[in-house]
Amino acid sequence: MDYLLNEQQKMVRDLARQIAQEKIKPVVAHYDETEEFAWPIMKILSDSDIFGIYIPEQYGGLGGGILEMCLATEELSRACGAIALGFAGTALGTFPILLYGSDEQKKKYLPDIAKGKRLAAFCITEAEAGSDASSIKTNAKKDGDYYILNGTKQWITNAGEAEVYTVIAMTDKTKGPRGASAFIVEKGTKGMEFGAKEKKLGIRASATREVIFTDCKIPKANLISKEGMGFIVAMKTFDNSRPGVAAQAVGIAQGAFDAAIDYATKRIQFDQPISSFQAIQHMLADMAMQIEAARALVYSTARMVDAGIKDIVKESAMSKCYAGDVAMKVTTDAVQIFGGYGYMREYPVEKFMRDAKITQIYEGTNQIQRNVIAAHLIKETKK
Amino acid sequence: MNIVVCIKQVPNTTDVKIDPVTNTLIREGVESVINPFDAYAIEEGVRLRERFGGKVTVITMGPPQAESALREAISLGCDEAVLISDRKFAGSDTWATSYTLACAIRKVGSPDVILCGKQASDGDTAQVGPGISTHLEIPQVTYVKKIEEISDNKAKVERMTEEGYDIVETPLPCLFTVVKEINTPRMPSLRGMMKSKSAVITKWLADDIDAEPKNLGLEGSPTRVVKIFTPPPRKGGEILKGDGALEVAAKLADLLKDVVI
Repeated sequence: MDYLLNEQQKMVRDLARQIAQEKIKPVVAHYDETEEFAWPIMKILSDSDIFGIYIPEQYGGLGGGILEMCLATEELSRACGAIALGFAGTALGTFPILLYGSDEQKKKYLPDIAKGKRLAAFCITEAEAGSDASSIKTNAKKDGDYYILNGTKQWITNAGEAEVYTVIAMTDKTKGPRGASAFIVEKGTKGMEFGAKEKKLGIRASATREVIFTDCKIPKANLISKEGMGFIVAMKTFDNSRPGVAAQAVGIAQGAFDAAIDYATKRIQFDQPISSFQAIQHMLADMAMQIEAARALVYSTARMVDAGIKDIVKESAMSKCYAGDVAMKVTTDAVQIFGGYGYMREYPVEKFMRDAKITQIYEGTNQIQRNVIAAHLIKETKK
Repeated sequence: MNIVVCIKQVPNTTDVKIDPVTNTLIREGVESVINPFDAYAIEEGVRLRERFGGKVTVITMGPPQAESALREAISLGCDEAVLISDRKFAGSDTWATSYTLACAIRKVGSPDVILCGKQASDGDTAQVGPGISTHLEIPQVTYVKKIEEISDNKAKVERMTEEGYDIVETPLPCLFTVVKEINTPRMPSLRGMMKSKSAVITKWLADDIDAEPKNLGLEGSPTRVVKIFTPPPRKGGEILKGDGALEVAAKLADLLKDVVI
């Protein structure tokens, strides 16, 4: 299918694909087994200018948008959804600065992120605050020219590896949802520690850790925007990053599909390749349709964001929810097509299924996405 | 530092098939790529520029389509590119090719270092690099696996041999042909790709490079290709049998005495 990409978008997609197929694919199983962070791949992405594609040129980036970010994430995820998070998780952690940061903050942090010299991470989730983000307990108390942070963030992607953290913390409990603020915290700040790497079902090569703040003192210049803007920064960040998660899901689904159709045309049973059986053919057809539909939703949403359309909350939620569900369905079917071999870790397809699951859960569970979509649909009828 | 890298566009040999009737390569529909060894030369050239400053000019002698190889070289970090293309070059053997490239390099201007891949994957002669240095009357070091240092118009390099390597010191300018052990070529960068799309490729004809017409193309090629054939498969050797190792060894010694080595 022709997605009518422009020259720059095709360049991004083709380069990300080349890196994924030539450099990432050969080492996917290794990183999944050892759960090491793939720093050599991050270096390749950095040297290739991939990290800067969605960052404005004046801050050292290439001036592309969300669609370019999605294209890169999708191609990288086609090889490995976990390694892709080194890039996509950094984008998530960068959006608060990109969308709401002051010029000084942008000048200070964006160039190194654009070059891939420093990775980023976004910290909102806590043990008692997942879908119910407003229940966060991490707080930031103003103390002269500083803020003192206390609390523990949970399940943070890139935690421990990233150097730039954007953190949502309560500055005024009495104000409810208007009582949170967004901060930038650099790795190495006294009072900031990381928990042990979590052992996960999937995306094992992605580093997931707790981030623990104990009387962590940060300069007041690290406040993003104004006090009270915390949840607005978070929500707008998610609106921009959700197409990225959706792109990751599409990439994972595509990678699984590629493996499945290749296997189906080679596996002989009853004297013929299993791809000659209608049961398999119908599965492949359904998988391909679902992937294209998910991809279309992601690209359309990304184009809307890049066009500057203000209200993309519903579309963003739709793209993430649908793509995540497609990824789970397609990867499960891919394992099924491989049959017994699909269950063996020696074959690449079970990893896709393990990796797909998280796309239905993080960055807003698909249940929350459905809430958001329905609320918008109903609001629209009242116009 | 002025660095020149000579590259060749070749068919992607993993795809190529031989026509059973003419015994030549079937080039139609086969993807063209930068000769694999030349990719290492490009990478080394770019690394030298990163170390010492200066400029990397990549040149190729070939048909008009070879321009795409030059653009790819720019996306990998080369600064400028020159395509030497003319019908008058048709039928060139390695002597005429290296003569032509030498003329072009003289026109590019005094390079400090010229880098070539060890050999081309289609011709496999490994002669063009040494041919260029001969025409330019500059020293050459072949099978370079490491450029250790460059200082004061001198270079110290490691030259790969069958047993290991030699350390060779040479004055500059010098031509080096490189082997795979020298580096790991980088991926293109997006900035590089954008630069390569908009780059202006310098194009030269035979007349532009001050070449003697009789030294070009078929006329300038002393090599005559008489026949290209696939050699017959090797037959199995003779297996010596005997009662124990000593008897077999004696038989082998007898056979070897008769063989002129």
